[in-house]
Amino acid sequence: MARTMTGAEMVLAALADHGVEHIFGYPGGAVLPIYDELFQQEKVKHILVRQEGGALHAAEGYARSTGKVGVALVTSGPGATNAVTGLTDALMDSIPLVCITGQVPTHLIGNDAFQECDTVGITRPCTKHNWLVKSVDDLARILHEAFYIAKAGRPGPVVIDIPKDVQFATGNYVGPSNIAHKTYKPRVKPEQMGVREAVELMATAKRPIFYTGGGVINSGPKASQLLRELVRLTGFPITSTLMGLGAYPASDKQWLGMLGMHGTYEANMTMHDCDVMVAVGARFDDRITGRLDAFSPGSRKIQIDIDPSSINKNVKVDIPIVGDVAYTLEDMLRIWKSKAPQLDKAAHKAWWKQIDQWRARKSLSYKNSNDVIMPQYAIQRLFELTKDRDSYITTEVGQHQMWAAQFYHFDEPNRWMTSGGLGTMGYGLPAAIGAQLAHPKSLVIDIAGDASILMNIQEASTAVQYDLPVKVFILNNQYMGMVRQWQQLLHGNRLSHSYTESLPDFVKLAEAYGWTGMQCDHPADLDDAIRAMIDTKGPVIFDCRVANLANCFPMIPSGKAHNEMLLGEDVSDEDVGNAISEEGKVLV
Amino acid sequence: MTNMSKLPSKSHYVGPGAAQAVVSRTLSIIVDNEPGVLARVIGLFSGRGYNIDSLTVTETEHEKHLSRITIVTLGTPDVIVQIKHQLERLVPVHRVRDLTAEGVALERELALVKVVGKGDKRIEALRIAEIFRAKVVDTSTEHFVFEITGKPSKLEEFIQIMTELGLVEVSRTGIAAIGRGPASS
Repeated sequence: MARTMTGAEMVLAALADHGVEHIFGYPGGAVLPIYDELFQQEKVKHILVRQEGGALHAAEGYARSTGKVGVALVTSGPGATNAVTGLTDALMDSIPLVCITGQVPTHLIGNDAFQECDTVGITRPCTKHNWLVKSVDDLARILHEAFYIAKAGRPGPVVIDIPKDVQFATGNYVGPSNIAHKTYKPRVKPEQMGVREAVELMATAKRPIFYTGGGVINSGPKASQLLRELVRLTGFPITSTLMGLGAYPASDKQWLGMLGMHGTYEANMTMHDCDVMVAVGARFDDRITGRLDAFSPGSRKIQIDIDPSSINKNVKVDIPIVGDVAYTLEDMLRIWKSKAPQLDKAAHKAWWKQIDQWRARKSLSYKNSNDVIMPQYAIQRLFELTKDRDSYITTEVGQHQMWAAQFYHFDEPNRWMTSGGLGTMGYGLPAAIGAQLAHPKSLVIDIAGDASILMNIQEASTAVQYDLPVKVFILNNQYMGMVRQWQQLLHGNRLSHSYTESLPDFVKLAEAYGWTGMQCDHPADLDDAIRAMIDTKGPVIFDCRVANLANCFPMIPSGKAHNEMLLGEDVSDEDVGNAISEEGKVLV
Repeated sequence: MTNMSKLPSKSHYVGPGAAQAVVSRTLSIIVDNEPGVLARVIGLFSGRGYNIDSLTVTETEHEKHLSRITIVTLGTPDVIVQIKHQLERLVPVHRVRDLTAEGVALERELALVKVVGKGDKRIEALRIAEIFRAKVVDTSTEHFVFEITGKPSKLEEFIQIMTELGLVEVSRTGIAAIGRGPASS
């Protein structure tokens, strides 16, 4: 049934029809008609952020912790350009977002009008798709298509740019059930041939490994369940990318920890020496593979991905399977069970023995101190004191992010939200706000760095307005730690502009926003301080003063292979300074 | 067009496919003729460092609002496959065909070639034009504009010769291509 209404009303009607309960936004001239409709309804709750960039990251945190589509609403011009980082972040990490931008009226487009920018032009390369709505008659269809495209196949962000006159214009609204997309129909069910071949190869493996990524999380909770079942059934070891943490429980004995540049020794060595690799929803990113021509040289590779362009992009695989992770694992399990293959038990036993030897290197070990808080220790204590709670962790970007990935362990998917692909400093606080909004009773912690947190600190005000008790746990070493570490590795320890000489007093800063501020600078006080943070009702900034010059290890230096890791325990400053070759220095 | 002399590298990290030979491929891309669709396609090429040697686009099925974009691109076989998959990911793209991979495609191009001169050179230009079956579409006592159609290699040859006979300006359409045989894309 078509209903007659204005464009602005259609936006709200579509949000309601798609089950949207919360949107994140910031008003401005070109979206006022939509804000007026927001004011006159109660189905959709609007969260007012303090800068549009915060709205996008909050929508990401909301989406990643719930599996729903995140929605942001911003105005034209600067509103749209501020959204660009969050859109790019969501594109890189495959997070479903619908971002509605206001635009100047159609008759002014192209005239350099006030707060005009070419939003669809600017956001074309950083969205999965975008639309400029030129007529109110197209609006309902585009709104429904937007939700479909954001979620279908490999998820991603979309932008709907709506000129102000289209928001005022009257047209017919049709509900989402009448919309079928004519071109975008991604394949979700895999070809059976490929799955069968994969099972046969897995059955003959002597040194197998599962290498899993964010695709498992994006596929939904069922994918994680199926993955667990398959991994246990096969007895194979499993590692995961930064994006995939939580899909497989970190407390399980088959878990090797994260792989890649700051992954564990055992995960990277197992990848390097395996004979059969099963990549599940992972895209062989350069942070994972290290030097490509030395990446897992002796293995035959199976890759499951919903996006055909992710297959064979960086690493050639032997058995490509295009399909959704859950559908594919379901088929794989069924075929595996019906075949009930005889595995080479002796080989598997030897493989695990080898893995245990690598594990025995204890690559995450570090030298603890009784006088200063080591950043690794801080995360360990945070984990120990929060692991039995219903908690969600977000991070900013840098050393603290890697330490969080190494020392905070996840047993469930959708509990870990970090900017993986784009590496956006300033992601964690707004993402925590989005996650907290979706899970008001849970403990949501942003593990932050002293530099990153300042990039979106204004959102502290948003948390207060909506009673969101997020905790910000800052590993404060006064440096941009990862930048400093790389300067030590690559640039003769000349610490060019990586020291923040005038950091704010984070306790006072917290108090200025109406938060509770806490500080801790001694290991002996840490547990009590963390408990006090957890027990504080409202939002807390916890300024954890840690050792200033700690480096994040283990590490695969740029341009090196998985079996050329730098381990933390016995690395001298000289080793660190010489770790990267001339060729490696040009790499990121 | 984006005609980068440097080969597109897939990653900063040296890959095993780096030693592959570069091939030329003609891609036929059927898209919804909606605003911005061409920008999406060529933005993908420039953004990911792929080459465009030739590009033509126009609406070919008016009732369905479908356009055909024909792109001649250079790359290693791995890069060509990647280009195809990346194009197929774009929402308004219906299908992508690698015409070169499916057999020798029919490729035609039209050029308008302006030649200025007097005396022997002028007569020679006209004579050569006849050999190439180029039509005179505009003339004065000092110039000809020739219209020539054919394979790109034929056009190249014609232009090469005309360079010696007073060629002053060339306009080319870029390549239109279609697969041979009864099957349609």
